[in-house]
Amino acid sequence: MNEINIMIVGVGGQGTLLASRIIGNVAINSDYDVKLSEIHGMAQRGGSVITSVKLADKVYSPIIEEGEADIILAFEELEALRWLDYLSAEGRMIINKQQILPSSVQTGQALYPEGIVEKIREINENTISVDALSMARECGTSRAVNTVLIGIMASFLDFPKKMWLAALEKLVPARYLAANLKAFEKGYNYRLQ
Amino acid sequence: MKELMLGNEAIARGAYEAGVTVVSSYPGTPSTEITECVARNYQDIYSEWAPNEKVAMEVVIGAAMAGARSLTAMKHVGLNVAADPLFTVSYTGINGGLVIVVADDPGMHSSQNEQDSRHYARAAKLPMLEPADSQECKDFVKTAYEISEKYDTPVLVRLSTRVSHSLSTVDLEERVAYELKEYKKDIGKYVMMPGMARKRHLIIEERMASLKTFAEKSPLNQVYWGDRKIGVISSGIAYQYAREAFGNVSYLKLGMVNPLPEKLIADFAAEVDTLYVVEELEPFLEEQIKALGIKVIGKDRLPVTGELNSSILREKLLGEGGEAEPLSAGEVPGRPPVMCPGCPHRATFHVLKKLKLTVVGDIGCYTLGALPPVGAMDICVCMGASIGIAHGMEKARGRDFAGKTVAVIGDSTFIHSGITGLIDLVYNKGTSTVIILDNSITGMTGHQENPTTGYTIKGEPTKQVNLVKLGEAIGIERIKIVDPFNLRELEEIIKEELAVDEPSLIIAQRPCALLKKANYTGYAIIENELCKHCKQCLTIACPAIVDKGDYIEIDDSLCNGCMLCAEKCPFDAIVKVGGGDE
Repeated sequence: MNEINIMIVGVGGQGTLLASRIIGNVAINSDYDVKLSEIHGMAQRGGSVITSVKLADKVYSPIIEEGEADIILAFEELEALRWLDYLSAEGRMIINKQQILPSSVQTGQALYPEGIVEKIREINENTISVDALSMARECGTSRAVNTVLIGIMASFLDFPKKMWLAALEKLVPARYLAANLKAFEKGYNYRLQ
Repeated sequence: MKELMLGNEAIARGAYEAGVTVVSSYPGTPSTEITECVARNYQDIYSEWAPNEKVAMEVVIGAAMAGARSLTAMKHVGLNVAADPLFTVSYTGINGGLVIVVADDPGMHSSQNEQDSRHYARAAKLPMLEPADSQECKDFVKTAYEISEKYDTPVLVRLSTRVSHSLSTVDLEERVAYELKEYKKDIGKYVMMPGMARKRHLIIEERMASLKTFAEKSPLNQVYWGDRKIGVISSGIAYQYAREAFGNVSYLKLGMVNPLPEKLIADFAAEVDTLYVVEELEPFLEEQIKALGIKVIGKDRLPVTGELNSSILREKLLGEGGEAEPLSAGEVPGRPPVMCPGCPHRATFHVLKKLKLTVVGDIGCYTLGALPPVGAMDICVCMGASIGIAHGMEKARGRDFAGKTVAVIGDSTFIHSGITGLIDLVYNKGTSTVIILDNSITGMTGHQENPTTGYTIKGEPTKQVNLVKLGEAIGIERIKIVDPFNLRELEEIIKEELAVDEPSLIIAQRPCALLKKANYTGYAIIENELCKHCKQCLTIACPAIVDKGDYIEIDDSLCNGCMLCAEKCPFDAIVKVGGGDE
């Protein structure tokens, strides 16, 4: 089986952890060995957060290193740029069109880089940029941004759709499930548009 | 049945399956989820948050002596706090099995140092196991109880951040029914006075010798033969990196890192041409292997700082460069963690900065007060240290210096190890001002209850420490309670207390912004026609307030309507929207 390395990057509080758990759950119900790596603690206070999901016949190290990611799912543009070096040459970057200013930018000590998506696209032509927040709002909740992005990513992977839906049903609290299933569909069908 | 679990969750599962009935811990990243998971998932186990790691250790020692299987989990620096009972419970041994889990943090993702806990195992003469993934976390805990009871010893299980916080699959098994061992009074074993301890020390040396024999044959230590040109000795997460970097070579994977199987190591070394020792942090294995007269390559090429990964091993040990040029992202502004919008600490630090005080800090979310844009902390060493350090500074530099110095400490940290510092300050006639940043929770580790919150780990109501009465009881006559969002009052109180010639305790009380009881609603906006662009609101360094150059904007997706910024605005230009109380 092919190895698949997925990185999910964003800002503390954006729901990246749930996204990686959903992928992990799909993976263990397939024949893959899987490892996820998360960093907790300090990173949750609005800092840069990263989780890695690795799938293969047998996974040893849980972390993805530079040039190894097949997919980077970026919840925020600056974070996409920060982790670009981790993308493999044939990899794909999926970027949510959202900008959250770090404190250094807010206080005027640094500038938020302009044209991030264009810059990344120059290096990686497989880059996709989507307004997942608007798509989530159309499904009834701004909190489903992560599920929209998972839907888009799922459309590039070979797992049966019903496995994704089963993982959502297992991990999303019941009262948010309907909106999240809708959000997943919206993301999953994004490529067809 | 297999399940995807954090290393920490698998440790909890292992304790459950082994029939553990008592768990006591103090939270600390990356170990916290072990005890949280026990409290949430396994109701057959009594669990508690202790005030600190030393007390937690003593509780599980008591449980073990009483005949139960028990477990405590802590971060590496927590083991420093618990070291006193650790070294002597090694002498007494146990009755029911005792496992002590210690989670190291190479790379210091959320710690103040990166000490290597394996040295504790050697120093305290205890066996130490080191799992490399979640399945091993569960299996090794169960094995640890067998070792503990067979050899009458506490057993250390060492984790690292990447084992604690990685998920991999775990096969679940049933819980064994564990019967309490009979408790018998035995002062020769359980009362450590010189006469008894001298005899016990001899037994402990015999125990370590037996454990060494055990290590030679134990399946905890595994040899995987591949190409014999290269041999790698490794353990824990470093083994996983080595597997990726070296591929099909020969491995001696040590699941037990103390004591070492010397014969197994020598036999392995004899079979391979070049021998590498791959370990994070200290040359703990390497120095012992070299002492056997075996030639190895290790820390002469690998760093003793930070985490390893397979790229570092390829580069430093195999001389391979990165295969592809990095794509180069160019300059990317950093994104360090910051205090949340609505955080009560922001208000306190704003005042401390304004007053240009020397601020002695401590460990918690409030340590973020040291970083820009807040930048109002001078010193931070360890849990509970702020009060003692402020007192020492006063004794070194005199009363005038103390008049411009405060110690800040969180509610949970104060209970952990600040109380004794405060007693010292009062008893030894100090005049320092101490501020307890009371946000009603243990914040940084992700909201654990503590003795000041009035709730147990299970959320059951319990007795609540009364900080005012505690201060009075130890002899403090000046105690003030203030809401830090009342910036003017807070400033007045701090000035007043710094000026008086006796110790003062200020309790700055406001719940963590992430707690329901913070009760924030709506969000703030700036009315542009009233705003004079004086930038006073920016001085509080809230992540939701953005200087757009021509105007200032509040990001409504980040703002929680705490309205601290409105306190700062001289023109009443900041108003609340939503939340139903405009």
